[in-house]
Amino acid sequence: MKRLLQYIRPYLMRMSAGFLIKFLGALMDLLIPWMLSKIIDDVIPTGEVPYILLWGGLMVVASGMVYAFNVIPNRMAAHVARDITEEVRMDLYEKTSSLSCNQVDRLTIPSLISRITSDTYNVHRMLNMMQRLGVRAPILLVGGLIVTMAMEPRLGAVLLAMMPLMGLTIWLISRKGIPMYIETQKRVDQMVQTVRENIVGIRIIKALSKGSYERERFDGVNAALSRQETKAGVTMATTNPMMNLFLNFGLVFVILLGAFLVNSGITKIGKIIAFQSYFTIILTAVISLSRMFVILSKGTASADRIAEVLDLPEELTPMLENETREEAASPDEFIAFDHVSFSYLGQQDNLSDINFTLKKGETLGIIGSTGSGKSTLVNLLMRLYDVSDGQVRIGGVDVRRISDEKLHRMFGVVFQSDVLFADTIRENIDFGRKLTMQQIEDAARQAQAEEFILDREGSFESQLAIRGSNLSGGQRQRLLIARALAGQPDILILDDSSSALDYKTDASLRQAIRENHQKTTSIIIAQRISSVMQADHILVLENGREIGYGTHEQLMENCAVYQEIAGSQLGDGKLHTPGKKEEDQ
Amino acid sequence: MNHNMFSGKNASLQKGVPDKPRMKTTQILSRLWKYLYKFKFLLFAALVMTVTSNLLALAGPSLAGNAVNAIVGIGQVDFQTVFRCCGLMIICYALASLFEWLLSVMLIRLSQKIVFQMRKDVFDHLTTLPVSFFDRHQTGDIISHISYDIDTVNTSLSSDLVQICSSVITVVGSLIMMICINPPLVLVFVVTVPISIMFTRYMSKKVRPLFSRRSAKMGELNGYTEESISGHKTIKSYHQEETMNNRFSTRNTESCDAYYQADYASAGMGPSVNFINNLSLALISVFGAMLYLFGGRFALTLGDLSSFVLYSRKFSGPINEIANVISELQSALAAAERVFLLLEEKPEAADAPDAQALTVTNGEVEMEHIRFGYLPGQEIIHDLTLKADGGSLTAIVGPTGAGKTTLTNLLMRFYDPDSGTICIDRQNIQTVTRSSLRLAYAMVLQETWLFTGTVRENIAYGRPDASQEEIEAAAKAAYIHDFIMALPQGYDTLLTEDGINISQGQKQLLTIARAMLLDAQMLILDEATSNVDTRTEIRIQAAMRQLMKGKTCFVIAHRLSTIQNADNILVVRDGDIVEQGTHSQLIEKDGFYARLFYSQFS
Repeated sequence: MKRLLQYIRPYLMRMSAGFLIKFLGALMDLLIPWMLSKIIDDVIPTGEVPYILLWGGLMVVASGMVYAFNVIPNRMAAHVARDITEEVRMDLYEKTSSLSCNQVDRLTIPSLISRITSDTYNVHRMLNMMQRLGVRAPILLVGGLIVTMAMEPRLGAVLLAMMPLMGLTIWLISRKGIPMYIETQKRVDQMVQTVRENIVGIRIIKALSKGSYERERFDGVNAALSRQETKAGVTMATTNPMMNLFLNFGLVFVILLGAFLVNSGITKIGKIIAFQSYFTIILTAVISLSRMFVILSKGTASADRIAEVLDLPEELTPMLENETREEAASPDEFIAFDHVSFSYLGQQDNLSDINFTLKKGETLGIIGSTGSGKSTLVNLLMRLYDVSDGQVRIGGVDVRRISDEKLHRMFGVVFQSDVLFADTIRENIDFGRKLTMQQIEDAARQAQAEEFILDREGSFESQLAIRGSNLSGGQRQRLLIARALAGQPDILILDDSSSALDYKTDASLRQAIRENHQKTTSIIIAQRISSVMQADHILVLENGREIGYGTHEQLMENCAVYQEIAGSQLGDGKLHTPGKKEEDQ
Repeated sequence: MNHNMFSGKNASLQKGVPDKPRMKTTQILSRLWKYLYKFKFLLFAALVMTVTSNLLALAGPSLAGNAVNAIVGIGQVDFQTVFRCCGLMIICYALASLFEWLLSVMLIRLSQKIVFQMRKDVFDHLTTLPVSFFDRHQTGDIISHISYDIDTVNTSLSSDLVQICSSVITVVGSLIMMICINPPLVLVFVVTVPISIMFTRYMSKKVRPLFSRRSAKMGELNGYTEESISGHKTIKSYHQEETMNNRFSTRNTESCDAYYQADYASAGMGPSVNFINNLSLALISVFGAMLYLFGGRFALTLGDLSSFVLYSRKFSGPINEIANVISELQSALAAAERVFLLLEEKPEAADAPDAQALTVTNGEVEMEHIRFGYLPGQEIIHDLTLKADGGSLTAIVGPTGAGKTTLTNLLMRFYDPDSGTICIDRQNIQTVTRSSLRLAYAMVLQETWLFTGTVRENIAYGRPDASQEEIEAAAKAAYIHDFIMALPQGYDTLLTEDGINISQGQKQLLTIARAMLLDAQMLILDEATSNVDTRTEIRIQAAMRQLMKGKTCFVIAHRLSTIQNADNILVVRDGDIVEQGTHSQLIEKDGFYARLFYSQFS
């Protein structure tokens, strides 16, 4: 909530303007019953019709002002709520995109999504209602009290005495309510998570005919959410009847006291009647206050969840010192892993003591069994995570000293399960970098994607379906590779990203990269020996350790695991069979 | 289901924004009513409670009126009456509050039951929708239906329903009281109430589309958020946070604008009705005064006039409240419309009424003259015919984009061919039940899917009754057992879809273990081991071959080394089978396959 107040502060002026108009409107609102009692008590007994009509006319005017002074500030309030929400949501989104992978892992993607969507929506609703009811209702309440006090202080005091009781009730209930709504949002996260999993896994679920099982699973989270919402709702629902009770009891005391006062000639009966009118206003105000209060509790819970993300410390910021070359760096190195160890969870090492250096323009192939730490190594090079020990250097500079922007601009990367967006092919390759059409076309050609792109209606402007589902696996991979190549990166990383390509395409791709990106230093992770065997260096990983490093020929001689992998793929000595020359497809 | 689904003729989830509501308000209301009706007893109890608590609350002012009437003037107060009335008032108000509380609790339970049911209906419906639906719609937008839209309906049901219920009672009660006091004066309302109603109707018509737009924009925003946050790592790596932020900013502004426009337009509704009410108060006081002065038969006392005013305020209060919730009601209607339209999405065509369960004896699969395209006019498969003998291993190879995965889609009936038939053991798969067809296959896809649950649950997903031994045996066969044992809680370690610390290859191994546990007669492996290293792959294949004994298998692979011993290799190119035969036959033929094969060594 504190965090949200920071966003509200700049709008205080606009809010106050609305508040002022609303205040006038509320005053008018209070004026109407007063006019009524005036007419009944003083005007009608005179029996003068024009006088009565005059007062009736005044009432109409007052009504018109009430209308104007409500609509205008309501619209102003809607505008303020809109602006604040836009800002909060934008900041939250920006913050989310700047989070480190580690932080995202911890918060989980579905929870982040629901914070950006459903929580900001709750806040919007709250801001709106708070201004609409939050100004009018307290004014009506306070104004009503003041008028009653002015009219007859002794009777007003009775109503006033009810206020602390009501305040206490609200305080007690909100102390219980807000944590309940935070819990509710957590259940919403779980529900969203389940739906999301089902959408993503729809093929498997259908293949295994697990529809009914998934329905049951959803029933579980759905019921849990409903139970929590009911619990929170029931707690909050005590507010309204309690408020009514206090106020109505107040009214009874007013009448009792009024009876004595009238009897002893201290007050007039008309005042008690008018009192009842004001009392109705106060009651309405209190009812809308307690309604608002439910929204407030819900909104506060959401605001807290938003603040939790906004307040996360910035991770992986560059170290303050300048980009100084490390003393350990050798003169011609471009990429270096210097005794690097890393663990995701701080328990077991996922990588330990990795050492290698690459010169500019060299290619490193990485091969190794499943779970041996190949992708982790890339994560460290790109500083998506920080090393636990040792040092990763690019151009002799510790990656922790390089600014995010500069560091990431060096790379063109395709991850293992990378994402395409529901946008045009051109945009998916360009990816917001404002590349020229020439660059995009070149990259597509090099990535062996040009042919199928041109075959599509609209070619580069053709629209991809969600998650690129209107492309085959291999087409998706080639688009991703085109994206990586298009920016003329200093460092190219392909993490097992040609697995869906046939050999021929894969070979042409590698050739195109060799020819067109000579200055680019490449790191290619692959399962196929053929994808890496021409690399300048090959790193063989097993269980996070380096068990072989060298060229294909060297490894074929001294690395048993590499030999085994090679044997498994190239089997019957075909390795040295010169293949038939490729012909055009 | 047919491929036409792709052409986007469907209504509910289309991009862009409707200019007018697609469902009539009465349609939406009647569907909402069906939900209410489901819980009619609770609803009825709630109504009884509403009547009681409101009658009690109405009795208040009347008792107060009596008490005030007893306060005549100095020294003339009838204290006995005052005390009696006040005592009764306390009882009435206490009971009214009690009933009001009971009523709220009841209505919350009611609305929660309805919302639970709605979410359940939407989710259940989602599970019946064809795969093509999910290929067309943003995950975030679908989620937005089940979260934002239903939540909006919920908010409205739980608070507005009470409001409207109690308002209606109060209005009716007050009206009766007013008629008792002075019928002619009530005529004022004959003028003002219809004006209120007509005005409200007019405004609703104007405002509804804006709320529909607001819901749709919210869905778009959710869709974008879900898409882009899922790509967090990639965006970071390309340092495109700015770009994505800017795009988000556009959608955010649009969604905020849509929200604001709906608010702006509906801001007038409440105050307008309030204005009309105040107008009637002015009229009442003027006419009341006239009646007091010249009323004749209908003359009324000042005391009567004051209670009439009190009642008319009570009368107009709720109308005012209703007008206030009407704008909220509009957003609820717009949201409900989106929900109902989603529920109207056509599910996968039902199994034929006489559909039998598929009985697999040999596992012979025949495809005859299959033609298929995802989009009309864009045929991907042209006249494909193939036969796989029972227990044989059929490999499908070919350049990417040639339509290999489409074959999987057709075999599993995720899509139906435009023409041609697919038979298993001479049973046309369109005449058997889908579930028996799909369960006859074990399928492993390149895209892995794990859900929130333990490792054990994930492996045993297709066979929840599997014993620990069987699960471990499957995991061992998939070479993932050692990895699992190294996890903090072994087989009970909790996995999530975006689970960290588990590599893509390991995910594939887990899904392979899942398939191994299935007791299916046929197997589809679509690039199932593409992210697994080849040594492990070879070991898995050995285990799979054991498992596949006598089962018909389809393997889609790029690593030609892994399919050399297939009984039949189909070479697919541009949706046609250009060659078929065994590895040695094809090599001998020296055609496309041979080129493909040798290219890996060049």
